[in-house]
Amino acid sequence: MTVYTFDGTMDGLLTAVFNAFALKEQPEQLLTEDDVLPLFTDRIYKVETDEMKAQRVWAGLEKRLSVEAMRLISVSWLSELRELNQPLFQYICKVFRQGDISRNFADPDVLSVTNIARKMLHEQLRMKQFIRFQKAKDGTYLAVVSPDHNVLPLVINHFQDRFNDQPWLIYDAKRHYGFYYSLTPNDRGEGGNVPIRITFENEATVPFDLGNGCLNDDALSDDDQLLQNLWRTYFKAICIRERMNPRKQLKDMPRRYWKYMTEKQTM
Amino acid sequence: MEKLRILAESAKYDVSCSSSGTVRKGKQGMVGNTVGGIGICHSFADDGRCISLLKVMLTNYCIYDCAYCINRRSNDIRRATLSVSELEEIMMEFYRRNYIEGLFLSSGVVRNPDYTMERLTAIVRDLRTVHHFNGYIHLKSIPGASRELLSEAGRYADRMSVNIEIPREESLKLLAPEKNHQSVFQPMKMIQQGVLENKEDRKKYRHTPRFVPAGQSTQMIVGATKDTDRDILQMSSALYGQPTMRRVYYSGYVSVNTYDARLPVLKQPPLVRENRLYQADWLLRFYHFNVEEIVDDQHTNLDLEVDPKLAWALRHPEAFPVDINTADYEMLLRVPGLGTKSAWLIVNSRRFNRLTSYDLKKMGVVMKKAKYFITCHELTSQFSQPIFGINELRPERLRPLLVSKAEQKRAADEQQLKLDFEE
Repeated sequence: MTVYTFDGTMDGLLTAVFNAFALKEQPEQLLTEDDVLPLFTDRIYKVETDEMKAQRVWAGLEKRLSVEAMRLISVSWLSELRELNQPLFQYICKVFRQGDISRNFADPDVLSVTNIARKMLHEQLRMKQFIRFQKAKDGTYLAVVSPDHNVLPLVINHFQDRFNDQPWLIYDAKRHYGFYYSLTPNDRGEGGNVPIRITFENEATVPFDLGNGCLNDDALSDDDQLLQNLWRTYFKAICIRERMNPRKQLKDMPRRYWKYMTEKQTM
Repeated sequence: MEKLRILAESAKYDVSCSSSGTVRKGKQGMVGNTVGGIGICHSFADDGRCISLLKVMLTNYCIYDCAYCINRRSNDIRRATLSVSELEEIMMEFYRRNYIEGLFLSSGVVRNPDYTMERLTAIVRDLRTVHHFNGYIHLKSIPGASRELLSEAGRYADRMSVNIEIPREESLKLLAPEKNHQSVFQPMKMIQQGVLENKEDRKKYRHTPRFVPAGQSTQMIVGATKDTDRDILQMSSALYGQPTMRRVYYSGYVSVNTYDARLPVLKQPPLVRENRLYQADWLLRFYHFNVEEIVDDQHTNLDLEVDPKLAWALRHPEAFPVDINTADYEMLLRVPGLGTKSAWLIVNSRRFNRLTSYDLKKMGVVMKKAKYFITCHELTSQFSQPIFGINELRPERLRPLLVSKAEQKRAADEQQLKLDFEE
């Protein structure tokens, strides 16, 4: 059994496709370098990531697949799932052999890549729904999230479009990075109506709680507590008691998102 | 804060919630955008309904006395009025914190319809011009307001709606003697005219501002009168025939005014019936059904045990089985258990190779109901068992297999007499 190993980057995976065709062989498995090797491995081939080769494969894919299918591939890659590598590799190889199979959902590889992409799109919608901002003293709106997958890059455009006249920061507590949008560029000339990616060197010193996304009292703007309470009041008032349906609520708003949501935090 | 609570509680029986129908990109210097396709629901209340828009009434004082309404004149509830600036500030601050998608503004009628409509219009005008709000606005139009006011409001709002509430005029007369159907259809027609004229104008001048770009919606109350599902669905089908009607909502009647003898006393809102009506509504809008197929003279009410599509299929065994690999999309949609998504998956995948029931299962098609109504590219449906489809089993024997356990229990409960103990 032939096994390819690669470094776990998109470029690495595309290079593996290139090499498989150059060597005229089809490896049974594609693994990252730190994966455990399966039994009966008789040949290991280590893929050296090459940007030029990767670009050629990507350009070839673009020629063969629709824009929509290409987007699904990029989206699925953001999921950071190990079990994506193998089906995605097979899928890309098949595209070069058979043409545009992106809508053949009876094919197991196409199906699993599409399903992973769909899961991602589902969660990015959840982010658009459930992100809750709080206003800080300096006028910045802050939100903390910890999504299951790395979906922040998918939703940043939406928030840039929607809140283009207020500075905001969305921080992913699980992956330790966030996006900051401000109206004026910082001292290095970055940003200024463009979201920039930021990380904190020392997360213990930030003025908010990473566990529940609450700003510290001294950093919270004056009327924010009032508005949060207003929102909680509204949330309670809008419910019709005769129609209670907590199962439906949990289905649409799973409990893992609650800790950062204002209306579900008790004061 | 108390005011917001009172006014939200007054508005909550209005079920319209969607924030879809317009795509408007963000603009520099303005806050907000609207996304097309499916809107964004920002939260889900304890009753499972979504919170997308800030649904609130400007005031719950009302000069009318409609029996089904919680805000009727003769009800002794707390009344409140939001000032224009309060409402605008709350709305903008909520929006900036990503709590809501926009505003749903309604009002009780004070003094006269024109006066009320004028105040509503003033608020939406302010939001757009003073607060530079570019998000979604749903505005209730007040029956009996003048044409000029409606056409001004329509330039600022995304969607406008007038509630029909009761599908048959006699029933409406009984419960709301001060209203008639004329007063509801008049503004509906005006809005439609406005939209159509605006479309013509936009063909000539590209920069004409858009008029109610997300169309209209309306709502009917279910279970407050003796109207049958047939009356309700025929009304909605007629409404969908109009070019600007996007959604009809059904609201299961919640006994809010129990003292009124004209109203039935319900222990529970008719949730199952409401659900069946929505299912039928979906059949009308997305599944190419027409009203007469769903309800007819013999079946004036929808079957509460099985969904309307399954009910149709059980009445028409001659249309089945459907071959997954050759049937056209419209026919696939008629198979119970197959939705638009499954049908789309099937139509796309079968261009590559013939599909088997194994493929379908892996794609995520739910076979529980569908397996009785389809044939695939294989000799038998389940390995070596003979095919049991609707035509072999006959509808009357298939039906009990498909009625879910929960449904059977509910039906049994209804037949059982129950003593109600006061607690």
